[in-house]
Amino acid sequence: MLLINIAGVALIALIVWWFWLYKAREVALDDDDLVIVVENGTYTPARIRLAANQAAELHFLRKDASPCSEMLLLPELEISESLPMNKSKSIKLPPMAEGEYDFHCQMQMYRGVLKVE
Amino acid sequence: MNGAVNHDHEDQQHAEEESDTPAVKSMVGQQELIVEGAICGSCVTKIENAIRQVPGVMGAEMNLAQRTVSVTGEVDTQALVNAIEKAGYNAKAVGAQSEDDAMEEKEKSERAYYRRLMREMTIALLLGVPLMVYSIIGGEMTITTDSERLVWLIVGLLTLSVMVFSGKHFYVGAWQSFKNHSANMDTLIALGTGTAWLYSMVVVFAPGVVPDMARHVYFEATAMIIGLIDLGLALELKARGRTSEAIKRLIGLQAKTARVIRDDKELDIAIEQVLLNDIVRARPGEKIPVDGEVVEGHTAIDESMLTGEPMPVEKGEGDEVVAGTLNKTGSILFRATRVGKDTALAQIINMVKRAQNSKPPIGRLADIISGYFVPVVMIIAVVSALAWLNFGPDPAVAFAIVSATTVLIIACPCALGLATPMSVMVGVGKAAEAGVLIRNGEALQMASKITAMVLDKTGTITQGAPKVTDIVLVAGESEDAVLQLVASLESGSEHPLALAIVESAEERGLKPEKVSNFNAIAGHGVEADIDGKHLLFGNEKLMREHNIDCRSIVEKAQNLAVEAKTPMYFAVNGQLNAIIAVADPIKEDSVAAIKRLQHNGIRIIMLTGDNRGTAQAVAERVGITEYFAEVLPQDKTEKVVELQMQDEIVGMTGDGINDAPALAMANVGFAIGTGTDVAIESADITLMRGSLHGLADAIAVSKATLRNIKQNLFGAFIYNVAGVPFAAGVLYPFFGLLLSPVIAGAAMAFSSLTVVTNANRLRLFKAQEH
Repeated sequence: MLLINIAGVALIALIVWWFWLYKAREVALDDDDLVIVVENGTYTPARIRLAANQAAELHFLRKDASPCSEMLLLPELEISESLPMNKSKSIKLPPMAEGEYDFHCQMQMYRGVLKVE
Repeated sequence: MNGAVNHDHEDQQHAEEESDTPAVKSMVGQQELIVEGAICGSCVTKIENAIRQVPGVMGAEMNLAQRTVSVTGEVDTQALVNAIEKAGYNAKAVGAQSEDDAMEEKEKSERAYYRRLMREMTIALLLGVPLMVYSIIGGEMTITTDSERLVWLIVGLLTLSVMVFSGKHFYVGAWQSFKNHSANMDTLIALGTGTAWLYSMVVVFAPGVVPDMARHVYFEATAMIIGLIDLGLALELKARGRTSEAIKRLIGLQAKTARVIRDDKELDIAIEQVLLNDIVRARPGEKIPVDGEVVEGHTAIDESMLTGEPMPVEKGEGDEVVAGTLNKTGSILFRATRVGKDTALAQIINMVKRAQNSKPPIGRLADIISGYFVPVVMIIAVVSALAWLNFGPDPAVAFAIVSATTVLIIACPCALGLATPMSVMVGVGKAAEAGVLIRNGEALQMASKITAMVLDKTGTITQGAPKVTDIVLVAGESEDAVLQLVASLESGSEHPLALAIVESAEERGLKPEKVSNFNAIAGHGVEADIDGKHLLFGNEKLMREHNIDCRSIVEKAQNLAVEAKTPMYFAVNGQLNAIIAVADPIKEDSVAAIKRLQHNGIRIIMLTGDNRGTAQAVAERVGITEYFAEVLPQDKTEKVVELQMQDEIVGMTGDGINDAPALAMANVGFAIGTGTDVAIESADITLMRGSLHGLADAIAVSKATLRNIKQNLFGAFIYNVAGVPFAAGVLYPFFGLLLSPVIAGAAMAFSSLTVVTNANRLRLFKAQEH
């Protein structure tokens, strides 16, 4: 029983580490060819690094028919856009100060982060 | 419910086939562009040559009449646009998809997705329901003999095929999310159903590793949960479609074609091809395709679809017409002044769409919770399993598996996530239908809390189109002489009272004289020189400041004010010359609308730059007891702040130009649009028709939406807060109650459907009878 309890606690620690503490690497937005694919409940890549105080453009390609994937929101930038199916959609970003900016679907099940530095 | 659902390759192809949409728009073959600025044959040559220089172009042919160029070859559209622009013209691709087409395509794709979900649901329930019925009528779900093992192995494999066919999207989605260090609804469903199936297969293959009492299989739970959640997703998809009806109706107002006159010929062309300054014909019964200014003809136009104003509006030469409205009686020619995304209708659609996707602050807590929800539920499932294993009765393993599975399945972050946006979507759309444009979720929430409403008099309570009613001579030679001088002074001003005077002079055929040393004194009036005479025109304050004796006329001026007329004083070389009274009629429904606002417990305050007498007369007529006269534009902001200091949540209503600072300072700024002018940036809420009923409607729809959001949030919170512990088995020690994973699956599937359905109730909202 002790082993099961230890395994259970370890599992909880793993959940905490994997979902909250681990910071995945960002992909740099340094060329215009980067396309964020919306598919299988995720944005790929989900963490994007971009330069501060410079306007930028993100390209999204939605391949997921679920209605949840349709809306893309960047709340801090007051951007909300509808993503068409199987067509690239460009979202223009204004110059941003350093920091992290979330982007997500309406229900926040699809989530991504713009790391501006 | 979430649809963080993946699309496998086949499905994608399927959807593409059904929607006739290629994955990436082909740049090969022939494409057409609209070119602006081409006026003659030499332009054609220049443009065609410029295009032929682009690598990949095999041929280019321009149609000058239609302003289109057809390009053959394998070439990027943007390269063509760049080449044309470099040659000095503007260009855009034809078939840059219209809103209407995009909506149609979206609906096709959703129909395909709905059919797919229903197919998957049917397969899952075909297996799940018989198994479920078997277990309910007392069928043996445990394994004690080898023959039972064989039977359950077959059932287990059938369940696996259901998982692959009907639930693959959950598992792929969960895995993709996991790889990205995120978790979503798929994670919970995949873990819950996967655990139940794996445990059952362990019982089938190695019954010896679990105690006798725990040799129970849960294949029916896996199949039923997948089927029910697919059903929930499908029903939710349908319900969601209804939440965007308002925007669909707005998009549907756009005409598809326009009849333009080019080179003396009338051509029917696609709406996207209409260029600025094109002359467009609108015949009776046709929709106005783009915004414009009438250059010939007379008609009545029904603008109710945009402004909510039921009476058709008469239009003649020089009047504006707006895209999406309906030409009723006459045939007119108009010059296109705004096309494409610049039309008022396109801007309205854009604004409504943006507002529909913004969130009021009330939804922020749910957003924060949604961000942590899934991992927290996973931890609760582990804790619950450990608690059963440590303290549960026999068979503790089975109890642990059932409780962990049920916790994973019952938790529904999507109900929380959907609670706010679905209501905002319907509420903002409903407001737009009533001619009320709400800028964002914050304005929506704040409007529901307004306790005090500040109304500007001119153009808000009154029509804002004053007329000269009296000219009282003091030392003036004649009415015409006075009016001519005053009209000369006011000819450059855009103030409504000035316009009334200029119009009155024009009606009498009086021509303005040359003015020098013109000076506008804000909140007071104007001064200038004509023919060496120094002229002053404005309110009593202006006269006082210039020490002009008005005693002889005070009583007359007061009498005019009592009649709700605005007396303005005219002095020549320091001597009072005349009074000109201007009256601005009160809008027909102002009294009823103000009564409606007061009935809702809102304190009404009127501000005006007018004199006290006129202000009092207007206030009395419309039933306002609090008013401030002779308020300078800059003082309006102070009044708003004063009210805020009294703990009032202040709404400010004005025309959006003079009142911009006060509108911005108020908790909610309402701009009364003139017709469909939506270019009012300083307002949180724009009322497209002039009636103050729009204010009451805006507040009523905001309140209804907030009430709906609260119901949704309450339901979603309670559902999760009560459901998760119940699923974990907290009631078992007291009442022996433990939830079945199948019931949890059904509850989860329908929890978010309930949220969407409740939001849809808002569609039935009707503003109070006027």
